[in-house]
Amino acid sequence: MTAVLELEALEVYYGASQALFGVNLEVREGQAVALMGRNGMGKTTTIATTCRMLPLRGGAVRFGGRDISALPAFRAARLGLGLVPEGRRCFPNLSVTENLIAAARPGPWDLARVRAFFPRLQERADQLAATLSGGEQQMLAIGRALMTNPRLLLLDEATEGLAPVIRQEIWSAIASLKSEGLSLLMVDKTLSEILPLADHCVILERGQTAWQGKAKDLTEEITDMYLGV
Amino acid sequence: MDNLRKEWLLNALLAAALFMVPFWAWIASEPFIITLATRIAILAIAGVGLNIALGLGGMVSFGHALYLGIGGYVAGIAAHHAFHGTPILGLPGTNQMLPIWAIAMLFSGAIAAIVGALSLRTSGIFFIMITLAFAQMGFFFTLSWPAYGGEDGLPIFMRNQFPGLNTARPWELFLVAYGVLILTLGVFATLRAARFGAALMAIRQNPDRAAAIGISPFGIKLVAFILSGMITGLAGAMMADLTRFVSPAMMAWTMSGELIVIIILGGVGRLFGPVAGAAILVGFEVFFGGLTEHWKLWLGLVLLAVVLFARGGLIGLIAGRAQNG
Repeated sequence: MTAVLELEALEVYYGASQALFGVNLEVREGQAVALMGRNGMGKTTTIATTCRMLPLRGGAVRFGGRDISALPAFRAARLGLGLVPEGRRCFPNLSVTENLIAAARPGPWDLARVRAFFPRLQERADQLAATLSGGEQQMLAIGRALMTNPRLLLLDEATEGLAPVIRQEIWSAIASLKSEGLSLLMVDKTLSEILPLADHCVILERGQTAWQGKAKDLTEEITDMYLGV
Repeated sequence: MDNLRKEWLLNALLAAALFMVPFWAWIASEPFIITLATRIAILAIAGVGLNIALGLGGMVSFGHALYLGIGGYVAGIAAHHAFHGTPILGLPGTNQMLPIWAIAMLFSGAIAAIVGALSLRTSGIFFIMITLAFAQMGFFFTLSWPAYGGEDGLPIFMRNQFPGLNTARPWELFLVAYGVLILTLGVFATLRAARFGAALMAIRQNPDRAAAIGISPFGIKLVAFILSGMITGLAGAMMADLTRFVSPAMMAWTMSGELIVIIILGGVGRLFGPVAGAAILVGFEVFFGGLTEHWKLWLGLVLLAVVLFARGGLIGLIAGRAQNG
């Protein structure tokens, strides 16, 4: 399997404060990678840097073998980086359909396929995104990312704050995307939900890659050390 | 009735009223009313142009009079050379509206591309000031352009012609303006419903979020700004033909302000907002202007009331909140 995404020794700052101290990570074609860590360890910063929404001071972001470290966010997205951001972040005053078509790029995922994938979005087609429930907004955020026809889907806390039944629905949708061969980089705090899907795990600790390996190798000792509250 | 249906009904009523009032005036031989309706239609076309930039894209251009003036001067200069039989840069002048409109849109679009490429690198007050500065440059350039009248402006002795119609007759000129207005409204509605419109509105709501899904904020806004300038330029060419006169006043900052007022009064981003806004503005000018020379004071109070209590303008007041305001 070839690498879709390679993060090499990422160094990122917020003003004078360094947030990432050399994060390394790789996602291979068709692989689902879980990016984990306690709050404030740099997961969202890593996702935002990958999507070129934050500038790099050191290291490199390679996507499909190409160095995209200097590309603006919209160019990175056009190459196939589909972001489902933390907190959904749909366009609140656009309808569901407008949210979806704004992101549309040529490829197998079109409006009809996204609506078939999430029938709820079909039912809410003309409703403003701001008026959707949390679960529906999450479906919209995933649908919007799919409309960009990504090679890699980055899911930042895709089920945060949702009711258990909706979380289950979202996770089964993500599992279905994985079974179709879409590469995934997922951030989530609920290990019982993210680990069954993950082929590979990366744990961040204070802005550094503290551990990485196969999901089955993640022992209780490691989770206690890096992920325990 | 939901807001969307209310808005469509209101739009249909406005379109019908704008046609039926001058139609009645034509039957009753009231050319003044027809000319007023033509002015409303042309100002509404300019408003539709600005509505693309301001309403959909959130770009508060305080210099759109520049494109109105460019369109006006293209019409005036072409007619001037056609009338005197003198060439412009080796080419003959023309008194045909269709090629004049094409040239007006081309020139307006080219200037909008330059203005947009520079001003869209800024936002907020800086964007407003840069667009104003460019319009003022146009204003002072035409003011000191003696070949085409300078401060005194340039008269159009014979109104330019439209194939198959006699534009010297107010009703037939109105038909031209009304037809173009419906066409530009169609362009606006199509843009808004397309991916382009959704992307533009997404950028207005959050440019960083839009960039994360592959939308180039600068590129999309620039295209919108150019289209906006082109439509406003078209309105300028038509306005020059209506008044048979073009002067630097068409590019004055007060004109840019009037275009913004039209959008705010009618409803920012609403399809028929510019039609409603232009009707209110011209209505105030004619009816209250006849009663008092301080009619703009009353218009100012109405504008204040709209901004404070009816931010969706007239359309929003009647049809409710915008689908994507």
